[in-house]
Amino acid sequence: MQQALRFLGPEAEAVDHPDFIEQARLARDGSDDASHRGLPLTIRGLRKAFGSNEVLRGIDLHIPAGQFVAIVGRSGCGKSTLLRLIAGLEKIDAGSISFGEETRPEDVRVMFQEPRLLPWARVLSNVEVGLGRDRGSPDAQSRAARALAEVGLDEKRGDWPAVLSGGQKQRVALARALVSQPRILAFDEPLGALDALTRISMQRMLGQVWRDQAFTAILVTHDVAEAVALADRVLVIEDGRIAHDINVDIARPRRRGSADLAALEGSILRDLLQTTDE
Amino acid sequence: MSLIEVLPRVRAWRLPRPDGLIQWIVPLAILLLWQIACVTGFVSSRVLPAPSDVAVAGWKLLASGELERNIWVSFWRASVGFVIGGGIGFAFGLANGLSQLSSKLTDTTLQMVRNIPHLALIPLVILWFGIDESAKLFLVALGVFFPIYLNTLHGIRTVDPQLIEMGRIYGMRDGELFRRVIFPGALPSIFVGLRFALGIMWLTLIVAETIAASSGLGYMAMQAREFMQIDVVVLSILIYALLGKLADSASRALERLTLSWHPAFQK
Repeated sequence: MQQALRFLGPEAEAVDHPDFIEQARLARDGSDDASHRGLPLTIRGLRKAFGSNEVLRGIDLHIPAGQFVAIVGRSGCGKSTLLRLIAGLEKIDAGSISFGEETRPEDVRVMFQEPRLLPWARVLSNVEVGLGRDRGSPDAQSRAARALAEVGLDEKRGDWPAVLSGGQKQRVALARALVSQPRILAFDEPLGALDALTRISMQRMLGQVWRDQAFTAILVTHDVAEAVALADRVLVIEDGRIAHDINVDIARPRRRGSADLAALEGSILRDLLQTTDE
Repeated sequence: MSLIEVLPRVRAWRLPRPDGLIQWIVPLAILLLWQIACVTGFVSSRVLPAPSDVAVAGWKLLASGELERNIWVSFWRASVGFVIGGGIGFAFGLANGLSQLSSKLTDTTLQMVRNIPHLALIPLVILWFGIDESAKLFLVALGVFFPIYLNTLHGIRTVDPQLIEMGRIYGMRDGELFRRVIFPGALPSIFVGLRFALGIMWLTLIVAETIAASSGLGYMAMQAREFMQIDVVVLSILIYALLGKLADSASRALERLTLSWHPAFQK
């Protein structure tokens, strides 16, 4: 309710103002309000098996509202399954996942390694898909256009996805995930298929939108450097359990390759390799 | 380049570029050689009449109104049969692609029927319908059914499951998922079926009309054979070629209009 008022408020007051879109944007991104946007996440005794293969063996986890959490681990450790369970894409075998308060489906969004854009829809329509049940509403187009501008692809709105580069496609996918103003955004290796330079600029963009919109972010990645560059907290998953829970106490903006980031990255990598060797 | 091929670009109308004319060089050259061979007596006019003779025969038939009537009858049969058979094939393809139950219920039966060459049914069809219109429509519809059915089914089954999952995540219900994701995804494959079906449509109609009909292009050709009018026989064959090309061009134009998102259709 409070959230609904917050979105109605500034726009309703400022419709006469020539620049009301910008104002609404400021109001939405303003730090006072924004800090309430994310949803907390509590997971208790979560288990998941595919056939006889037990992928998650009892996950207990609390993520406070607005935190940026990175989940790292070897491939097959269950990190992607954990994310799919949080996003509601798989059925839970045992345990529970709760989001603190009542959530709408639009509150939880996922971004995958593949952009998963509809090749037969123009870029702007692809972003509109992200509005969920609001797709048919009269302001759908302008909201989609705003989200597209946020990822810097405003001029590509009329293009087919086929003509975009890999990084641009992923930015469209990000705009589609952001357009419904989610309160939890889960990333499943979203930058895994990008080249190194594009990846770095996308990491900046992810950090930027997370700061602007203050959603709770869950990033699954195999790239430890990416995890420590972006996250408040890094979880290491081994054999279906949380093996390490590390706070990243490094002030932002973080500089890539700085000594404290590198040290932290090194120690997490050591943890990962150690458990692997046993 | 035929008019139909130009239609999607009609907004930017200009004269056909030289490379659009290249495709007509070979047909025109063949026509010219053919004419020369006939005029010089290299080929007897009892084996193959000269193109000019064929044109004259065509003009006479056109003047008497017989040609238009027969073309119209054949065209009507082809399109009605196509719409019926294609419509049923499309409906079964959709049903079996979307519903496990429907697929289990009917797919095996349809696959069995598919292996009967539909032209082998001609004796049976004549016994059932005589040489009535319905006989031709039945055969065309049956012939057209399978390519449309198989390719619609294949198209729907091969839609990227990741896109379907994406649609579900973003709250699409069945109807919207079909409209936004499944149908557009299946469309390229459906068009493949359409073009196969158009070929089969003409083939079936020619055979049916030459065997059992009292009007239409195939009938016209058979009548001409009876009276040794070889120029009319050749004329009918040429008209079939032209109609076939026309149908193919029409489906390609439709393809280009609806699949403009597809990298294969972007210039």
